[in-house]
Amino acid sequence: MGLFILRRLGVMLLTALCLTFVVFFLTNLYPNLEKLAKTQGNFRMSDEQVESYLGSRGYLQPLPRKYAEWLGLAPGYVSKDTEGNTVGRCIRSGVEPDKAPTRCGILQGDWGFSTVFKDNVSSIIATRLGLTAKLMLFVMLLMVPSALIIGVLAGMREGSRTDRTLSTLSIATTATPEYVSGVIFIALLASSRFGVSPMLAEAGLIEGKTLFKGTATSAMESANFQNFFLPVLTISLYGMGYIARMTRASMAEVMTAQYIRTARLKGVSFRNIVMKHALRNALIAPFTVIMLQIPWLLNGVVIVETLFNYKGFGWTLVQAAGNNDIELLLGVSVVSVFVVLITQLLSDIGYVFLNPRIRIS
Amino acid sequence: MEPLTWFGAYATGFGSLLAIAITIAVICGLCAMLLSLTSSSTSGSFSLFNGIAVVVLMIVGFSYVYATVTGGAGGGLDSGSLGKILALLLGLALFAAMLGYFMNTFFDDPAATMGYVFVLALKVIGLLVAAWLVWTLLFAGAGFRDYVAGLDPDTMPDAETLAAEKRIAVMQGRGIIASIFMRFMPVWTSLALLFTVSMFYKRKLGLYGKLYDNIIGMIGFGLVMFWVFTAFYSGFFEMIATHGALDQASGMKNKLPGTPLRGAEAHEYPFYLLGGDNLARDVFSRMVMGSGIVILIAPLATLFAFMVGITLGLPAGYFSGPALNSVKSYGAIATAAVFAVIVVYTLATSGFMNALIFATVLGIMFALLFKTTLDTALSFLANLILAFPVILLFYLLVTPEIVKTGLPQYMAVVLFAFPMIFVGVLLHSRLRTQPAKNKLWLSVWLIPMFLLYMSTINTAGSKIDFWPLDFFDIPGGILVVFVSVVFVNSPTVFRIVRGLALDINSRDYVAAAQTRGEGPWYIMLWEILPNARGPLIVDFCLRIGYTTILLGTLGFFGLGLPPESPDWGSTINDGRKLLMIYPHPALPPAFALLSLVLGLNLLADGLREESLKD
Repeated sequence: MGLFILRRLGVMLLTALCLTFVVFFLTNLYPNLEKLAKTQGNFRMSDEQVESYLGSRGYLQPLPRKYAEWLGLAPGYVSKDTEGNTVGRCIRSGVEPDKAPTRCGILQGDWGFSTVFKDNVSSIIATRLGLTAKLMLFVMLLMVPSALIIGVLAGMREGSRTDRTLSTLSIATTATPEYVSGVIFIALLASSRFGVSPMLAEAGLIEGKTLFKGTATSAMESANFQNFFLPVLTISLYGMGYIARMTRASMAEVMTAQYIRTARLKGVSFRNIVMKHALRNALIAPFTVIMLQIPWLLNGVVIVETLFNYKGFGWTLVQAAGNNDIELLLGVSVVSVFVVLITQLLSDIGYVFLNPRIRIS
Repeated sequence: MEPLTWFGAYATGFGSLLAIAITIAVICGLCAMLLSLTSSSTSGSFSLFNGIAVVVLMIVGFSYVYATVTGGAGGGLDSGSLGKILALLLGLALFAAMLGYFMNTFFDDPAATMGYVFVLALKVIGLLVAAWLVWTLLFAGAGFRDYVAGLDPDTMPDAETLAAEKRIAVMQGRGIIASIFMRFMPVWTSLALLFTVSMFYKRKLGLYGKLYDNIIGMIGFGLVMFWVFTAFYSGFFEMIATHGALDQASGMKNKLPGTPLRGAEAHEYPFYLLGGDNLARDVFSRMVMGSGIVILIAPLATLFAFMVGITLGLPAGYFSGPALNSVKSYGAIATAAVFAVIVVYTLATSGFMNALIFATVLGIMFALLFKTTLDTALSFLANLILAFPVILLFYLLVTPEIVKTGLPQYMAVVLFAFPMIFVGVLLHSRLRTQPAKNKLWLSVWLIPMFLLYMSTINTAGSKIDFWPLDFFDIPGGILVVFVSVVFVNSPTVFRIVRGLALDINSRDYVAAAQTRGEGPWYIMLWEILPNARGPLIVDFCLRIGYTTILLGTLGFFGLGLPPESPDWGSTINDGRKLLMIYPHPALPPAFALLSLVLGLNLLADGLREESLKD
């Protein structure tokens, strides 16, 4: 087991290295750098000015060299600016050039400086990730129990009308991407002119103008039902159907097992069979699915955070990518890659713990 | 001119009947669901109560967890609303007990009875809607006929004016929904024809025919074909859309559905059926035109992804030895050649140091390939792509800057080569022993494919521009969208195919083919692949749906396709900016996308069920 985890960690590190190199390569293509120079400097720069801007900041060095600088293996780029001051990658404003470290990269714990937000990448990612964690927590709280309930209810009597209805319902939720359900929810529940809200407001059932808020910006400080429920619901719906279908399949399989038949023949009531005999074994497979669903949720988070203007991790990704903010983008991709790989690892380990029949050799 | 109403002139009578039927359906459906969820025994009353109580308590509990975790600022329920909820619960319990008692006295199985009434109510709703539609379509012009009959013959306007007035009056009698129904008439006719013919010959049509035994699959197929026909008729015959996708009309900015077009000419459609968007374009027409882009790109991109996935996944699952077993094998020479090209290219473009580093890395990789299996190497690559968040990948690949570097074209060079490789190997492995036939078939297939391939990747004025026989140019936006969607989809297909190949590998017919002395590619493509077709067809349908979602995602972030393009993702993106004030431009494309993806998923579900039956 220990060896297995070690090997997986090794593969994980290799994957992360490859991926960050790909991101690095793509963000450092010349047209992207040109865009960066023009957004940071000004839009009317001539080609020579762009070149000198990029050259003086070390962007035109060979790619492996820049990557090594970002990793902290090579000393940071240093040069003189027009006034003769020493400037460089590791010399931040307000720090004396002599006191600045020669190397500043991931290995030194320095994730770089964001050109869009004018802040340290590590602190941006920490705050944004916290906000997204809040969102994800509620998504999990809503999605997992409801998906499990739907799946178990559908799977305990396979082929019944309940099963057909719930299965079709879960197919429908998997067919509704976040940007569709989010738009429908906002139009239906959060619009002050159309949908349910005007009716409810006229009847005096709700205090404000709308039932829910169409933006979740205020939820960043204080989340409440009104401003946070729609984004949470939007993300959970898309993931819910898939987990429910997996649970249903697993439950249906368990219900045909020999020991369930034995219990039935012994005269155990149907409720007890479901609750005590079937449920435990039926929930092993969904566990893996739930863990593997987390990377998918990350996608949903990007869409929903953009749609509801909730400035979390996904929103940061869009901002960084849209402005070619190289170091922030690298930080974001490292975090998301690790989320994906760690959930895979956890699901493998958890599966072994939950299912004693599986041994890893 | 009066704007169109949603349901036309005959809505009122049908409307009230419909409301009654819907109310009955909802109440009975809920009752039946709750009764059957807990237990359909005679203790129906408490079951019903249980069901409602569990739901309500879950909501209350959820809001409490919510309040404690978020710090309670306006989050949870105060004691007043809690009291209200508990009172409501009590009331419901009383009601449930009474209802249960009542039903138990009269019916043996309350859940089944309620379900029966529910289904009956659904049928009544269907009948009512159909009756309303027929009635409205038949009698839409009745009001106008009365009006003409009541006119004074002396002041009768000329025939042309009358015809124009009649046209508008008929539309106003129909209302928005019936008018939209009429616009889709070619689609309905084709659908009816297709379904009748297929139903008639369904026993002779294999898996496709079996689909007509499955109601869910039929609905799914109907939804998919609806959009396919819509795309076909609007794309080739300009039939369904009422206006151009880019036509702007003055005074139609953000107008509500059914608004008459100001100063419409005789040949123009006099209404904006689903309103105007923020640039005064017709929402309905844009939705219809958008279907063409999706129906064109999504299946084709999925097909390419399948070609890539199959061509790489089968050998990954089939071969168990090291990826390259000797330096002289074809594989080793090809790999070495590809690596050499990369190194030379780096040397030419970005200097000696970079090339040296690349050469070292690629050399190590080449050496490693003699140690690891093909499966390990390809799976690592696939997992690498899968570990990327899709949206980050899109942002990195689908920007105008990246198009300028020519990267999508290079990717197209690689990805579009796979169909050729696939077809070539497929034919060659089968006809290896008959050289004359082999040459004929290979040239019949590969020469046109090669010409297509070259004119696809070769675009005038871009990085790849040397091929003289360039028949067409794909706009950069569409190419990059296509390539990135194929790129994102292929690793998943690869994993599925690999798993299937690993599974089928141990079957007897594979062993038999090996004993016969068949080559590995023959076994992979003519023994394993046909036997894996069931799951692959199902996954193909699902994946078209997923590709549609991906295309929508691209449009939603404004990537790839030009902003004025009528595809559904871009239209939703356009509409969401004013969503809370004017929801009508964003909703039609959203529902269109939803229905297409839903149709594909239902179709896949139906196919899966039917293919499992035999």
